[in-house]
Amino acid sequence: MGGEEFWTYFWVVLTFGTYIGIALWARAGSTDDFYVAGHDVHPTINGMATAADWMSAASFLSMAGLIAFMGYGGSVYLMGWTGGYVLLALLLAPFLREFGKFTVPDFVGDRYYSTTARLIAVVCALFVSFTYIAGQMKGVGVAFSGFLGVEFNTGIMVGMAIVFVYAVLGGMKGVTYTQVAQYVVLIFAYTVPAIFISLIVTGNPVPQLGFISNVKGEDISMLEKLNTVVTDLGFLEYTQTDKSMFDVFAITGALMFGTAGLPHVIIRFFTVSSAGAARVSAGWALVFIALLYTTAPAVASLARLNFIDTVNESTYIASDADYDTEAATIVAEGGKPIPAWFKSWEKIGLLEVTDKNGDGIVQYRAGADNEVTKLDRDIIVTANPSIAGLPAWVIGLVVAGGLAAALSTAAGLLMVISSSVSHDLCRRTFFKGMTDQQELLTARGAAAGAVILAGVMGMNTAKLGFVAQVVAFAFGLAAASLFPVIVLGIFWKRMNREGAIASMLTGLITTFWYIYHFKFVDTDSSHWWLGVSPEGIGFVFMFLSLAVGVVVALVTAPPPQDIQDLVEDIRVPGTRTPHGIADAEMLPE
Amino acid sequence: MTHNIKEIDAKGYWRDVVKLTLSLLAIWFIVSYGAGILFRSVLDQVSIGGAPLGFWFAQNGSIYVFVGLIFYYCRAMNRLEKKYGVEA
Repeated sequence: MGGEEFWTYFWVVLTFGTYIGIALWARAGSTDDFYVAGHDVHPTINGMATAADWMSAASFLSMAGLIAFMGYGGSVYLMGWTGGYVLLALLLAPFLREFGKFTVPDFVGDRYYSTTARLIAVVCALFVSFTYIAGQMKGVGVAFSGFLGVEFNTGIMVGMAIVFVYAVLGGMKGVTYTQVAQYVVLIFAYTVPAIFISLIVTGNPVPQLGFISNVKGEDISMLEKLNTVVTDLGFLEYTQTDKSMFDVFAITGALMFGTAGLPHVIIRFFTVSSAGAARVSAGWALVFIALLYTTAPAVASLARLNFIDTVNESTYIASDADYDTEAATIVAEGGKPIPAWFKSWEKIGLLEVTDKNGDGIVQYRAGADNEVTKLDRDIIVTANPSIAGLPAWVIGLVVAGGLAAALSTAAGLLMVISSSVSHDLCRRTFFKGMTDQQELLTARGAAAGAVILAGVMGMNTAKLGFVAQVVAFAFGLAAASLFPVIVLGIFWKRMNREGAIASMLTGLITTFWYIYHFKFVDTDSSHWWLGVSPEGIGFVFMFLSLAVGVVVALVTAPPPQDIQDLVEDIRVPGTRTPHGIADAEMLPE
Repeated sequence: MTHNIKEIDAKGYWRDVVKLTLSLLAIWFIVSYGAGILFRSVLDQVSIGGAPLGFWFAQNGSIYVFVGLIFYYCRAMNRLEKKYGVEA
């Protein structure tokens, strides 16, 4: 382990140093720099930054593990978290860029000529971002405490300090360029172990091809073999699910439309120079995301197969025994010793074995005689390099990759939180006379405050055990409350203030209530409406929110001519001109 | 308010954009919700390499199509913009 620990420290220190170096280089001099990186980020660079912004600790550390144990059911994450980019590229990003302001509440408030609408959008943006960021800070704490032996809270403080430097100094400009570096780190850390594990199991170095290949030296495809292996142990077939088709449909929908409505993703497209650049940039973002997302199902299935292969029916070695000598004895007797990586994750508490039948052999099964009594799904990604027997310098990289994923997403969310406070609440609502310099100062202050608040939330996630649960809120609310009003605001000229307020409130209240009710009050899944889980309900209520918005808009007065002209402008690139009601306080750029 | 879309047929442009958008969204729907969810069990009877086709669409295939869709959209939009004299 000595070598691995050295390399882990090496990579973490090296990458953190890089992030700080970039922060010092890319300082923000104006609100334009701070909120939208001066509107001049190259589309490909922005695509890469968006990919890092989007892929969180959950995508990097947890997703493959979830898929490994959910099989086909895990597809909801794969389609949901990528399909949203098609919606972004076709329905939102270019038009919002053409609109030419800084934030999502800017669009809602100006398009719907209403401070109330702006404030509801701010509430949605803040709620979504805070539920999301607490999970990221927790991820940082786990990475530090689990792998570097640093205390959980100290780990979060180190993470906070790093984000503080580049988000507060550099704003969106600093965040953009650190996210590019973080993407490189995380994609390297993810794909290298995947290539090796694919080579080992299938003989094909491309994980996406290994996924559909035969097992090396056997005449059976990897997935067929996996299906046989898991059903023999009493599990459900890997390529099947026990979820209802409607629920799979709804969850995929909620994640897709939620992705498209997430403020920290949308604002990344304000940093490019034009509507055309925003379209291309969304394409690049999905290319960079797809690199990881098409690798993940291969990692999931290969690792599941490997896990069963190496752990099931292996001879247990007690933690106080000398592993190497014991293992050698077992091998000499023709047995299969429990793998060394299993022992190290057992020490951290991610795995646990109970020898129920007292035979000294580990039986991994579905049902009551299963002896792997604790199996944290996150080990699928973290143990992957050790399972594949990779050199220490690669194993050490995984922690740096996880930290890069968590920090880049945290920084993107911080930008939403700080601009909601300094721009939407202060400059556009309560202190309209602010100068640019005062606003910049407030933005830095708000970013600093948000870092600290997020850190404190992260430190208390043990007490606030619900953090993992509330991620459903973020996607559900983004899908049901933000997505409909933005799309209607672009594609339906007749949409007005009253309709927008009614639509956002409908989405916000119904989705919040449903998730809260079925996550915390009544956890009996047989009571779900139409069998739709809280994770998928945002999709259903999105249609309700759309319908309410349209009906209310039709029975109230049409929007002023100025607003209708504005909508025509943002539909046609290069024709945006200022319009009185919408642009009186802030000119488009 | 004055417009600087004097020579641009904004209505025609927008009609074409909406048409393009809807056709691409139809494909988007078919490869994910269609192939990956609704018709999965039918497609699963065929396999691609060693994977059931419906399952493969849900976990890999739909993502490739998504990427292709966005880049096709960019190209088609550039063509439309040239046709209508819009400067993006």
